[in-house]
Amino acid sequence: MSALNALTIAEARDGLRKRDFTAAELTEACLGAIEGAGALNAFVHGTPELAREQAAAADQRLAAGDAPAMCGIPVGIKDLFCTEGVPAQAASRILEGFLPPYESTVTRNLWDAGAICLGKLNMDEFAMGSSNETSVYGNAVNPWRRTGDDAALTPGGSSGGSAAAVAAGLCLAATGTDTGGSIRQPAAFTGIVGLKPTYGRVSRWGVIAFASSLDQAGPMTRSVRDAAIMLQAMASVDPMDSTSAEIPVPDFEAALTGDIRGKRIGLPREYRMEGMPGEIEALWKRGAEMLRDAGAEVVDISLPHTKYALPAYYVIAPAEASSNLARYDGVRYGRRAKLGQGDGITELYEKTRAEGFGPEVQRRVMIGTYVLSAGFYDAYYNRARKVRALIKSDFDAVFAEGIDAILTPATPSAAFPLGSVDEAADPVAMYLNDVFTVTVNLAGLPGIAVPAGLDVQGLPLGLQLIGRPFEEGALLNVAGAIEHRAGFMAKPDRWW
Amino acid sequence: MSITPDEARKVAHLARIAVAPEALPKLAEQLNGILHFMEQLNEVDIEGVEPMTGVTPMRLKRRSDEVTAGGMPEKILANAPDAREGFFAVPKVVE
Repeated sequence: MSALNALTIAEARDGLRKRDFTAAELTEACLGAIEGAGALNAFVHGTPELAREQAAAADQRLAAGDAPAMCGIPVGIKDLFCTEGVPAQAASRILEGFLPPYESTVTRNLWDAGAICLGKLNMDEFAMGSSNETSVYGNAVNPWRRTGDDAALTPGGSSGGSAAAVAAGLCLAATGTDTGGSIRQPAAFTGIVGLKPTYGRVSRWGVIAFASSLDQAGPMTRSVRDAAIMLQAMASVDPMDSTSAEIPVPDFEAALTGDIRGKRIGLPREYRMEGMPGEIEALWKRGAEMLRDAGAEVVDISLPHTKYALPAYYVIAPAEASSNLARYDGVRYGRRAKLGQGDGITELYEKTRAEGFGPEVQRRVMIGTYVLSAGFYDAYYNRARKVRALIKSDFDAVFAEGIDAILTPATPSAAFPLGSVDEAADPVAMYLNDVFTVTVNLAGLPGIAVPAGLDVQGLPLGLQLIGRPFEEGALLNVAGAIEHRAGFMAKPDRWW
Repeated sequence: MSITPDEARKVAHLARIAVAPEALPKLAEQLNGILHFMEQLNEVDIEGVEPMTGVTPMRLKRRSDEVTAGGMPEKILANAPDAREGFFAVPKVVE
């Protein structure tokens, strides 16, 4: 058997129930792994005492035979989730010192199910970024390196700390959030599974808001089965979130039958981008063959407005962010700037926000303010919302024609070196990372990244599957077919 | 459309973010790069399309208009950078 901290949730669940080991032992294995992984900068606020308390309680539940699937499973929590009494900073200086007086619904659900909190995970500031380089905590580092090259690579973003921690075996699984690809892109960059559920499946209560019509929390795990188990615990119908869908949470693990015969899988021709690396295109083809081999019918489809998804997203998300981030004013929580003689309330706001927000967050807040301002609202914001409606109707049309799931690449490249994309010189260059994932958020659909192979440099590559709304179970089942046939077993060599 | 350094100053003020005057030309340039990227949207025929407000085909939920939480001023003020006598404290707002 492998080290306890390297187990999947499913393996650990079975071992805990058989009393092969205790939750306390499993937790110590993870705490030890975290201790030795400072170089990855994945965990930014450790909670070892809380973890040990929760582990003791989980062992009691296990002994009493009252043990849900997540009972005794140590997890990491993205810094975007409010966790009572534990710092939640959204990786921003402006929330320095903030201690949430309440618990997010997702973390509450996880603790109620017996999961164990190891601490908070690094991320891009307010989830704005694709490389974890905008964090006030500094970069999170990918445990993977190119063969024969020790350049530090990005774990992706914004859930970069979550991805690095799961890939390096610091925790069995982690929560992530996904507004434009922030679960799926880092999952693909680190060789793990990342699931963005349907908008409304998982409560947003207590998750620090970036773009409320796009944000959705989801699991980041080492297998498709683990994603099913963890989503089960995270999802709920929640009166505290007015956009929480009143649709009962089904048994996702039970949907993993392995049988996808007769399923119709679409390959959208618009995702064949100009300049797409040959390896990505070859991986996509192999994915289609795997699904055919599993008995699915693979057909070409068209999603004609795909090209406009990124520009529409970069109007809508900053617009919502400028409104959501207006609350950080140095009055109610977080950091307040030092004021000069004669400074009034306006200087309090302006100085606090100038020193509290990093450059990318400032840019997005200002872009959002601009597109919502009088005279530009129709030209930018309303136009983008109309294009968003067209993007969603593209998906509605193919699902109405009987397509069960859509297969695409997860990212346009493998993980790239930290510092290699100069955001200050060209902010748009970083945005292109989301080209395959952002459509899914705009349409509110479930999407999953599954590791499917290594590139010539030895780095993981992922495939994305997009499902019908509220059919995460069926989507996970198709993802399982890819996982099974790809047989991705590679792990990063430990250098940290 | 293109943002001048003076317009960048106005946007920064609307967003309540202090930007030093010498940083405005660079900021205007970055914002223009992003706006230029957005202008691809002008190619799309949006005639007769309703702007999307939410992705789920449902009415926003309503609840009865009643107090559901409260009575915890200490908790509310616990994270404030400056709180005095049960209030958030800020510099003088009205002369």
